[in-house]
Amino acid sequence: MSATLADPAPSRLRLGLRAATIAVVIALAAMPLLNRLPVDSAFHVSDFLVSITGKWICYAILALAIDLAWGYAGLLSLGHGAFFALGGYAIGMHLMRLIGPRGSYGHPVLPDFMVFLGYTELPFFWWGFQSFPYALFMALFIPGLLAGIVGFLAFRSRITGVYFSIITQAMTYALMLAFFRNDMGLGGNNGFTDFKELLGQPLNTALARSSLFYAALLSLVGVYFLCAYITRSKLGRVLIAIRDAESRVRFLGYSVTQAKLFVFVLSGMIAGLAGALYVPLVGIINPGEFAPTNSIEAVIWVAVGGRGTLIGAALGAFSVNAIKTWLTSVAPDLWLFALGGLFVAVTLLLPRGLLGLVRKGDR
Amino acid sequence: MMRFLFACLVVLSFALPARAQDAFTAALPGLFGGFNDIATSVDQLANAGDPRALPLLRALSDGRLLKRETTLLIRSDAATTDAVTGAAADAAGAEAIRLNNRVRVALRGAIGRLALVSPDATERAAAAEAVYRSRSAENIPILEAALARESVPRIRAQMELSLAASRLMASDPGVQRQGIAALANAGTENARALLLEARNNTPALADEVNAALVAVDRALAIRRAAETLYQGLSLGSVLLLAALGLAVTFGVMGVINMAHGEFVMLGAYATVIVQDLCKDIPWLQPWSLPLAVPAAFLVAGLAGALLERGLIRHLYGRPLETLLMTFGVGMILQQAVRLAFGAQNREVISPAWMQGTLEMPFGLMVTQNRLWVIVFSLVVLGLTIAAIRYTRFGLEMRAVTQNRRIAATMGIRTGRVDALTFAFGSGIAGMAGVALSQIDNVSPNLGTGYIIDSFMVVVFGGVGSLAGTLVGALSLGVVNKLLEPWAGAVLAKVAVLVGLMLFIQRRPRGLFPQKGRAAS
Repeated sequence: MSATLADPAPSRLRLGLRAATIAVVIALAAMPLLNRLPVDSAFHVSDFLVSITGKWICYAILALAIDLAWGYAGLLSLGHGAFFALGGYAIGMHLMRLIGPRGSYGHPVLPDFMVFLGYTELPFFWWGFQSFPYALFMALFIPGLLAGIVGFLAFRSRITGVYFSIITQAMTYALMLAFFRNDMGLGGNNGFTDFKELLGQPLNTALARSSLFYAALLSLVGVYFLCAYITRSKLGRVLIAIRDAESRVRFLGYSVTQAKLFVFVLSGMIAGLAGALYVPLVGIINPGEFAPTNSIEAVIWVAVGGRGTLIGAALGAFSVNAIKTWLTSVAPDLWLFALGGLFVAVTLLLPRGLLGLVRKGDR
Repeated sequence: MMRFLFACLVVLSFALPARAQDAFTAALPGLFGGFNDIATSVDQLANAGDPRALPLLRALSDGRLLKRETTLLIRSDAATTDAVTGAAADAAGAEAIRLNNRVRVALRGAIGRLALVSPDATERAAAAEAVYRSRSAENIPILEAALARESVPRIRAQMELSLAASRLMASDPGVQRQGIAALANAGTENARALLLEARNNTPALADEVNAALVAVDRALAIRRAAETLYQGLSLGSVLLLAALGLAVTFGVMGVINMAHGEFVMLGAYATVIVQDLCKDIPWLQPWSLPLAVPAAFLVAGLAGALLERGLIRHLYGRPLETLLMTFGVGMILQQAVRLAFGAQNREVISPAWMQGTLEMPFGLMVTQNRLWVIVFSLVVLGLTIAAIRYTRFGLEMRAVTQNRRIAATMGIRTGRVDALTFAFGSGIAGMAGVALSQIDNVSPNLGTGYIIDSFMVVVFGGVGSLAGTLVGALSLGVVNKLLEPWAGAVLAKVAVLVGLMLFIQRRPRGLFPQKGRAAS
């Protein structure tokens, strides 16, 4: 694992990879512009491709969050989908508040599902969500808080390895059950949808769609640099050391608990951000996002791309989801076989992921 | 004329027991008199306790009782019979006995009381309930008499309740006290309602009634607790079955198998297949379920052995990768079964000897198939413990768990032991599938619902301890059911998960931690 520990003078391979990454980002940035071209143009990019790429960008941010925790600190969380969904719910609540009297029941304040369920006033946890900055803050704060509580309880009693994975899976499972309840006051099994506008812009315009796309792309780049900065800092080295020999780091006098807690909370917040960007793009959020399968699927993106590489995690998110989109349209029955096969193949044959293939020389 | 009639009746009824016969025959002449005589006669007939009285009174009430001089005839759709001898008779010249309201009231009570001693059990049960509803002090003696000869427990209980209810209506406080005492012992919801009513009607006995209410409430609380306990044990036994195999593979081998739920599902589908195979052989049908147990063990065990030898073996020492890989295997298994059998639920029919409910003390109702699942899970647990403790394979398994290298130097083929252990744990999962097919829908995602709970059980009980698995499963099941009434099923589950996380704070290694070197 010396690749990330000591950063030698960039090899030609690394330079090539970096150039390729920059090229991909530029290509992504061009997509909404190419979408404006006339339909018969050779460079026209379809609406479908733009919207699905927007989704994948959000997934890539989630993958970065998982890679930060798993690839660097060895914390395999099977519950990152919960942070993602919580961030999405926070923005979803904002979007619901913005619908205002345009809902089918025409109530000035209450969202449709509350009128339907016989609410007379807004529950306290909905207060303040009409403000975008507050909602955005909550989209980061709530996942961070949950990650902080779960992480604190787990790391303090030195729950590691598979135990931690199972606990995080139980966490997202419990949240899924809770969010499916109608009396949670969060839309029950239907969740939130039929959003109208965000920041004064109707969501169904091309401008809104490309703005959201660019917001996601900028966030992806920003999150990448943040993660890259952290992993190269002294803290990043401590994290890698914890991953490889936790007890030794502890004996050397570092606070393993604090380091892990920091990275887990940050990772949860990044996942929350990804969810917050995702929901306005796809226009719906429901408790299905909490399903344990979603979280574990996100883990496999990272595994496929190569954990502990950041770029690989994002690459994995794009490639696995591209395969998924293609396969579910061509042969839907085969997708789960392919995904299951991917789990087996990656763990057995490609433990360092796709990027590991390229970076073999670094070993 | 009267004298002649008596003579006739005495001659006719030689065969009857003397006392009943006397009372029965003595009551008959009144029926030929005025309305007051008829009413008196009806009461006497009801008290006579003679089997002929009930059809006679029913006929009277329906206007089907005819009189002709000294003879009473019962007319029915088919024929006319003599009310006393039961012999066929001619209805010519006979006229129906007419009724007035007073007679009708007397008849209603009389028929109700007589039905209490009817030879037909359902009729007695219905009558006991009818007397309960129309409670009156007059019914006390007849209920006492009926109770003396009643032997069916369910009807006895209803009669006792009716008797107590009737006693409450008596004017004598002593009799009322008897009723209150009986209700205090009955300890049912009905008894509670009666006592609450009595508290308003008889203020003089308020102290007794209140004391009785306390007793009834206590009995009700005990029953409710027993019910909750049973439901909890039933859920816990399901968890135990699902977690037992996991305790072997995870606890003993340290291998986390996310496909465990799918092995449970395979076992359930093996049950479906065995049942389909047995469908055409009538004598085998009731035994398809016992036959499915070894079949499910073999199917799931074989799948487990293949998984271990083919894949998991290459990942020892890398638990996180094992987790992901087995999850992928679970996905593939689930999708394969979905494609092979369809996504819809498959039905597994319980054999007749597993259906129905059992009645336990305190009025507790117990469904038989759940009882069988509890028994089955305990048997499987016992067999598992025995296999680990007393067989050669179990000994080798424990040796490998404690120290793989030393075990290898002693000549144990650790690879073979690994494969067998994994097959064993998976086979137990398959048997869990047989049990689950009895109480849950058999569908491709049957296992997913249990896998997280099973892991919780193993972690709670302490990894590597089968006793911990037992205690963990049963207590999680009971706690779940205890929380359900006031938190709802979903919140109860969430609360259990949260509680478990907090518990692990105090006891990171579970209830029964492993001791010694094996622990690290």
